[in-house]
Amino acid sequence: MLDKSIIERFKNIVGEKNVETSSMSLHSYSYDATPGFRKTPDIVIAPHNTEEIAEIVKICNDHKIPLTPRGSGTNLSAGTTPLKGGVVLLFKLLNNILEIDDQNLTVTVQPGVVTKSLIEKVEAKGLLYPPDPSSMNISTIGGNINENSGGLRGLKYGVTRDYVLGLTIVLPNGDIIKTGGKLAKDVAGYDLTRLFVGSEGTLGIITEAILKLVPMPEYKKTMLATYEDIDDAAKTVSAIIENRIIPATLEFLDQPTVEVVEEYNQIGLPTDAKAILLIEQDGPESVVNKDIDKIAEICKELHAVTVSVAKNEQEATALTTARRSALSTIARLRPTTFLEDATVPRSQVAPMVKEINRIAEKYNVKICTFGHAGDGNLHPTVPTDVRDKEEYHRVEQAFAEIFEKAVELGGTITGEHGVGAMKAPFLKLKLGEEGVRALKNIKQSFDPNNIMNPGKMFFEDDEKGE
Amino acid sequence: MDTLVKERIQEDFQNRMDRDELENCMRCGFCLPVCPTYIQSGYDETQSPRGRIALMKGIVDGEIEPDEDIEQTLNECLGCRACEPACPAGVNYGQLLEEARDIFNQNKQHSLPERVIRKTVFEGLFPHPNRMENMTSLLTFYQRSGLQKVARNIGFMKLFPDTLATMEKVLPTTPTRKEMRSQSSYYVHKSQPKATVAFFKGCLMDTMFREVNKATIELLQKVGCDIAVPDTQNCCGALHGHSGEKEKAKELAKKNIAAFEQIGADYIITNAGGCGAFLHDYGHLLHDDPEWSERASHFSSKIKDITAILIDLDFHMMPLQMPEQVVTYQDSCHLRNVQKTFEEPRLLLESIDGFHYEEMNDAARCCGSAGIYNIVHSELSMKHLDYKMKQVKDTAATTIVTTNPGCLLQMKLGIEREGLSNKVRAVHIVELLIEAVDRRTSM
Ligand SMILES: Cc1cc2nc3c(=O)[nH]c(=O)nc-3n(C[C@H](O)[C@H](O)[C@H](O)COP(=O)(O)OP(=O)(O)OC[C@H]3O[C@@H](n4cnc5c(N)ncnc54)[C@H](O)[C@@H]3O)c2cc1C
Ligand code: SF4
Ligand code: SF4
Repeated sequence: MLDKSIIERFKNIVGEKNVETSSMSLHSYSYDATPGFRKTPDIVIAPHNTEEIAEIVKICNDHKIPLTPRGSGTNLSAGTTPLKGGVVLLFKLLNNILEIDDQNLTVTVQPGVVTKSLIEKVEAKGLLYPPDPSSMNISTIGGNINENSGGLRGLKYGVTRDYVLGLTIVLPNGDIIKTGGKLAKDVAGYDLTRLFVGSEGTLGIITEAILKLVPMPEYKKTMLATYEDIDDAAKTVSAIIENRIIPATLEFLDQPTVEVVEEYNQIGLPTDAKAILLIEQDGPESVVNKDIDKIAEICKELHAVTVSVAKNEQEATALTTARRSALSTIARLRPTTFLEDATVPRSQVAPMVKEINRIAEKYNVKICTFGHAGDGNLHPTVPTDVRDKEEYHRVEQAFAEIFEKAVELGGTITGEHGVGAMKAPFLKLKLGEEGVRALKNIKQSFDPNNIMNPGKMFFEDDEKGE
Repeated sequence: MDTLVKERIQEDFQNRMDRDELENCMRCGFCLPVCPTYIQSGYDETQSPRGRIALMKGIVDGEIEPDEDIEQTLNECLGCRACEPACPAGVNYGQLLEEARDIFNQNKQHSLPERVIRKTVFEGLFPHPNRMENMTSLLTFYQRSGLQKVARNIGFMKLFPDTLATMEKVLPTTPTRKEMRSQSSYYVHKSQPKATVAFFKGCLMDTMFREVNKATIELLQKVGCDIAVPDTQNCCGALHGHSGEKEKAKELAKKNIAAFEQIGADYIITNAGGCGAFLHDYGHLLHDDPEWSERASHFSSKIKDITAILIDLDFHMMPLQMPEQVVTYQDSCHLRNVQKTFEEPRLLLESIDGFHYEEMNDAARCCGSAGIYNIVHSELSMKHLDYKMKQVKDTAATTIVTTNPGCLLQMKLGIEREGLSNKVRAVHIVELLIEAVDRRTSM
């Protein structure tokens, strides 16, 4: 419980109506999209600007009150569950696009801007902000930056990190700093911008961001290829890139996923297909046509059972439906849906998918895998029921083994959802003791009192003695 | 709320809420951007579908006490169910909401005035067609006797809250008792016979909006339907169901099912999105009643909106003509989100020569009418309406088309509030279609 006088001070900073302490509000900010995590905060605060945030942070630092920044709470790593109570900080009043700069091709935004609304606003000006996580309808830019989110366009265009040019940050001691700027080149000192991208709210609070834009591609084409052998699908992915073609999108669905998608949506997918690739290319029309023709050829050479190229927008949408309905279909199978996020080098996609299928069998759980084949980012997804303790335990074991395998194959425990509390126990797998220690030293120097999003990134057991 | 009441509510939550359904919500938040109350509240999680589901689950799990705040956020939900089609997991939010509201309501001591109103509306008025007629007759008398003028002139309506006072101005001119009674229970097709349907006439539609019902029947005749209008049918019970009077809703449902079973029509046609959706949900309403569940599902499977059958029977292929004008369409939330009927009304409007159809921004967002929401949560409702009217104005439409009586009244209210009453009109789609047909035949 927070002291009354401290609550008063918060109220004086942001105004009475932007501070919530009712049990309803506290309960409503006690969870995010991650199954199995919940903790009630002591207070929920919605500040108006950077200065107010700095004042709030100072109070928290002085009194060692934990502080958890929260965008839309769509992260899948328990990144916003306030595990140690304290303050949940909302950015709902900081949701303006401040400037679209046509000359420098940048956009300056506040952290609470919803990704999709940003994308729509810049597209209206003929510009593209490429990072497009599947959650973009609701996720915020602040959340995207802190999770370093990626999307379907990641293979060709990169992820959020590649578009963050500058940040305004409130540090845990209340200092306000600005990093980077509207600059293509900047080597003045350590690259703090990059350090804060993907920092999961553990180092400071991002209150403004300058993001890079690119010109809108003129033209786009979509195609779908189905395979009887998952190795052929994987070989296709490699062959496309060996042929020096980088598609805008290269998505993958495995057989269990195809099966459930088809069963529920009846869109005419071959359920005996072991794998499906969804491929998109964008750019100048002639180049796109040439690329798509070549890709279709490669697919056929590598024994694709069917290859269909969309003739128009409508057909393209029909093809992407398969990929887009994957999650919603799996989510309907059982009450709880675990969407995980293991990533391997592109060349290891087929072995990884096979490992996942083996692990599913070993622990007797259903795992549907889909994801971004182009960049090796796979989403093994498990429909289950958290109330079934015994099964849930098997699911946990299966995931642990999947992460181990991913790292063994030269991959990582998370490609885009973040470490949070969920993956904290596995961080060591990827970084080793020394790696974790290096990260902790960084954390320690920015946030000696451990007020910023405590309990995330670093596993409790590792944290003892601090 | 005292501790005892809270305990009772919690117990009811544990016994009655569908736990699987609560568990189905994976808290992904995909429903947030479509929720009008979430947006209107300035993005407050407690006013969102994900938030409300979490609160319901919290009560079931004993993590949070049911209190006034929670009751309020449940009551302030518009029940528009826009969150359902947006949900990847297919959570049946509407059913959770109805159950939760019913639990709060049953354990609640209503204040005396509210008790009187609830009793009058839910027991005394809506379930009794003849009393609905009486009330409408009173209104007719009020409108036609000159009393309405007098009341307005002496500023009598100023005594009421703004919304009600404006509402009084926009009520349609109601039929006389004689007009209401002059009703047949069977109508024969007027072109190539194609289907036999039954018509669900509704209570407001049957009294206050009699013209709309007349137009509906004429349209059905013109596309080749024989139409039975069973006279033992009743109020659909939507108002009861949505206001935490579930048992009464069930009684009404059973009467309706029995009334329509005798006819055996191909479809049961509705022309009010709200009623249609509730009838569509009878299967769920009675799902745990062994005697009724199957009969209810069978009934529900036959529900079809007038716009959907008109499209099925190619009404839009007929030559239709209207004077040049810009027209826009306000979705009925329930027609769209529950019955999934939203292309049909648009197709119909676009098929009329002379119409320039202009889709408004956020046409699918609730206008704030939502049953009796605009009366009980008048201030909030007007905020939703103001947003809606801004979108309407951006289309420059002079005709706003709706498919539900509540939305129709709300749009009229909006027009009045914006001072647009001599520029813009709001109509139910069937009124417009019958106009278009008549114009063609008179040409
Ligand atoms: C169905 C579904 C699909 C998804 N698909 C993708 C996908 O395709 N690609 C992908 O990368 N991710 C995906 N995600 C994960 C998630 O949506 C992203 O991580 C997203 O960026 C989170 O945004 P948010 O606004 O919800 O942030 P939150 O979940 O609220 O927060 C995420 C993290 O950022 C921190 N944070 C938020 N704002 C700030 C700030 N201003 N300053 C400091 N810290 C802050 C929080 O403390 C937390 O640690 C998906 C999630 C779901 C549920
Ligand atoms: S029914 Fe409508 S108002 Fe209620 S939670 Fe769903 S979208 Fe929001
Ligand atoms: S969209 Fe569905 S699953 Fe997601 S939070 Fe809303 S109700 Fe829950």
